[in-house]
Amino acid sequence: MFSEFIQLTVAGLAVGSIYALIALGFVLIYTSVNVVNFAQGDFAMIGAYFMVSLVVGAHLPWWLALIVAVAATGAAGVLFQLLIFQPVRNRSRNFLPVMIATVGASVFLEQLFLLIYGPIPLQLAPIFAVDSVSIAGVHVYPQYLVIIVVTALMVTLLHWFMEHTRLGKQMQATAQDPDTARLMGIRVAWMAALTFAISTALGGLAGLLIAPVYTVTATMGSSIALKAFAAAIVGGFSSMRGAIVGGLGIGLIETYGATYISGSYRDAYPFIVLIIFLIFRPHGLFGEKVSQKV
Amino acid sequence: MTRPMLKFLPFLLILVLAPLLLPPGRLGSYYLTLMILSLSYSVAALGLTVLLGYSGQISLAQAAFFGIGAYTFSLLTVSLHAGFWISVLAALVLTTGFGLLLGAISLRLDSHYLALVTIGFQIITGLVLNNWTAVTGGANGVANIPRPNIFGFQIDSDLGFYWFSVATLVLAAYLVYRLRHSRMGWALLALREDEIAAAANGISLFWTKILAFAASAFLAAMGGVLFASGALYISPNVFDFYQSVSFFAMTLVGGQESIVGTTLGAWLITFLPEVLRFLHAYYIAVYGLMVVIVVLFMPEGLYGMLLRGVDLFRRRVLGHREALDTDAVPLRADATQTRPVASNTPLLEIRDLAKHFGGIKAVDGISLTVNKGDVAVLIGPNGSGKTTVLNVLSGIYSATRGSIRFKGREITNLASNRINRLGISRTFQNIRLFPEMTALENVAVGCYKTGTVGLAGTLLSRPKGYREEAAAMEKARATLQLLGFVRPDMKAKNLPYGQQRVVEIARAIVSDPALLLLDEPAAGMNHEETQVLSQILYRIHSLGVTMLLIEHDMSFVASVATQAYVMDFGNKISEGSVSQVLTDPAVMTAYLGDEVEYA
Repeated sequence: MFSEFIQLTVAGLAVGSIYALIALGFVLIYTSVNVVNFAQGDFAMIGAYFMVSLVVGAHLPWWLALIVAVAATGAAGVLFQLLIFQPVRNRSRNFLPVMIATVGASVFLEQLFLLIYGPIPLQLAPIFAVDSVSIAGVHVYPQYLVIIVVTALMVTLLHWFMEHTRLGKQMQATAQDPDTARLMGIRVAWMAALTFAISTALGGLAGLLIAPVYTVTATMGSSIALKAFAAAIVGGFSSMRGAIVGGLGIGLIETYGATYISGSYRDAYPFIVLIIFLIFRPHGLFGEKVSQKV
Repeated sequence: MTRPMLKFLPFLLILVLAPLLLPPGRLGSYYLTLMILSLSYSVAALGLTVLLGYSGQISLAQAAFFGIGAYTFSLLTVSLHAGFWISVLAALVLTTGFGLLLGAISLRLDSHYLALVTIGFQIITGLVLNNWTAVTGGANGVANIPRPNIFGFQIDSDLGFYWFSVATLVLAAYLVYRLRHSRMGWALLALREDEIAAAANGISLFWTKILAFAASAFLAAMGGVLFASGALYISPNVFDFYQSVSFFAMTLVGGQESIVGTTLGAWLITFLPEVLRFLHAYYIAVYGLMVVIVVLFMPEGLYGMLLRGVDLFRRRVLGHREALDTDAVPLRADATQTRPVASNTPLLEIRDLAKHFGGIKAVDGISLTVNKGDVAVLIGPNGSGKTTVLNVLSGIYSATRGSIRFKGREITNLASNRINRLGISRTFQNIRLFPEMTALENVAVGCYKTGTVGLAGTLLSRPKGYREEAAAMEKARATLQLLGFVRPDMKAKNLPYGQQRVVEIARAIVSDPALLLLDEPAAGMNHEETQVLSQILYRIHSLGVTMLLIEHDMSFVASVATQAYVMDFGNKISEGSVSQVLTDPAVMTAYLGDEVEYA
């Protein structure tokens, strides 16, 4: 009973880490260009497919494949930004078309990868080829531990980058006020591209980490992304800390709910949590209440 | 049927006659099936025309409502053997109920959050349809759904059902058309364009949003019933998230604000797979790409582009010009007018009013009285809290403490639209017009609150509704004429700054308010424009409207105001006539600093 609970907690935290990585991507893009990127989850799918190609196809060692796959996903993200956001960046007030365009882009990307890789789900071997490790008598799946550790490392690295490097500060400044940032000599267009690169690379990392747990399919990203989206909202949507806490929380609730309440509604729990939040605490856990300026 | 509705006639004829042009045999009947499908989609997509196109709210759950309607209808007729029409009624009522629920949740949310809640609703609905096997039949779906029976005449053939679907679409289009061209329609558009300005014109954001969601769900249910009865079989996968995106695409691709455009969009997206069939597996990718391109580069949709082309043709080739309103009363800077004298009856009494933002005391215990017939002015250095006073007065901010009485009635912290309905109108410091509406429509929105015909009356074409709308338009035109405005049919966003200001003032006075609040009306105007503005204010004053304005231009203040109040750091530091307060040492200190300090 207790060991089952620990196993579920590890699994929940691992899935939650994936949500947190993608939620971070949502938050970074939202705070910088004020638009929700509905294709965010597809970069998880892209990262996973890249990883499959590099490991299974090109026989790279997993650590090298991981770095290349993440970097390539980031590059795809920059391309995406140039094609979808750059043309309409000055159409300020009306975010709706851009948002729908990202939905359209998501459909396009999924179909594109479906055509390239075919409809049969692909398998990716876990990084450590062991079925389970035993920690204090509790058996856990090692890939879960990999996910949790890598996510923790990435989040620390991201925090250090944002808070303690010049580039990170410039990125933050651009997100807060692009016009002033431009006056300060910051290359705003570069910062926007960098934001997309980081956000989508985080998504790609999430995808290739979770790939051994699920299978790699063209639609794997969109279902994860919807929950990550819920996590970002629960966290407050403008806070990196919120995205992480929200992601882990949603992961845990989903895993506990699926085991203790009902498995067939597994996918509904994140949204039930979300709706409860939206009714009682719409600005999320760490979000600021922004009053409308008149 | 009114004359403007006649423009739909050609489209209706095409729809009715279309089946006669189909090739014979299996291909023809396959196309007929698709056409029936596209009609049911059109009806549901019209719901998004109301919700997205008119009211500017976003919903990615239209397929969920479509599904709830279809399932309610099918389960009642198939599992409970209920009658066709009673089941239709139940489907409409239940789905609209869910629409109200989602609308109520959405009230506190905007944009992205709203999109997300609707996605959540869509996914939960999908899960329930799939997993509640005992009732919905799970993935097996529901079969043997009946076709309608009208006055004992059973419609079983596909062709008959097609015409039945056309009739349903006509009904839906009529409802949407009536809604759009009524005061409810103005309210929906105003909500989309500017919520704060809408509320300041007496529009209840609460009821208008609820109306938009309910109407959208209602139309989705109509479409859902049509779909179920047309296809004879339904299963959960028809009502998933991608169908919602598809509805969205229909509305956007066709033209989100147009009934014809949406119908066209539904038709296009249903038939697109057929047209793109030569692309084989690529077609969904191409479809996604087309959505991206249309949405990013044709914001008005295909039909909108077409209309714009026709318009351009008329202006460029046929030489149509914008009509100027020659009946407008010209304004001259040197005109003299008789103005009413202020009475001693207090109209507005503010007692110890305070508004704190966290630790910042923007307004900290101010008291002032505006008498009937006054033109009172609130002056003070930047950041002294003047605009905050106006915002608390008009219900945009809630007061931290203190009381506001209007005509002897306590109005502190009432909602913006309620305050407006009691007879207080306002303009905004940074003009808040409804940019995509014409000047005349903007002013007509000001008449919204004087209308008496409700939703039922509107949809049933109650003659009184038409009369009131015509009267409102006439009043709006007359008010613009009174203020010397000559371009009633131009979109507000295309007007020059000074003219926008005039339209905003017209919108505020069209409903004959007792008190008019003006927040820096002369800001950004040159000397000549400012003088014209004083003429406008004289005209309004001579109509018997009491005014409270905020202004920095002292010569303007001296020419219009009968009473002045001076604020500094959230407190009132002086009051009296304009010349009195301007010579008050406290006021001079506030503006120029302490003499001793600079000596």
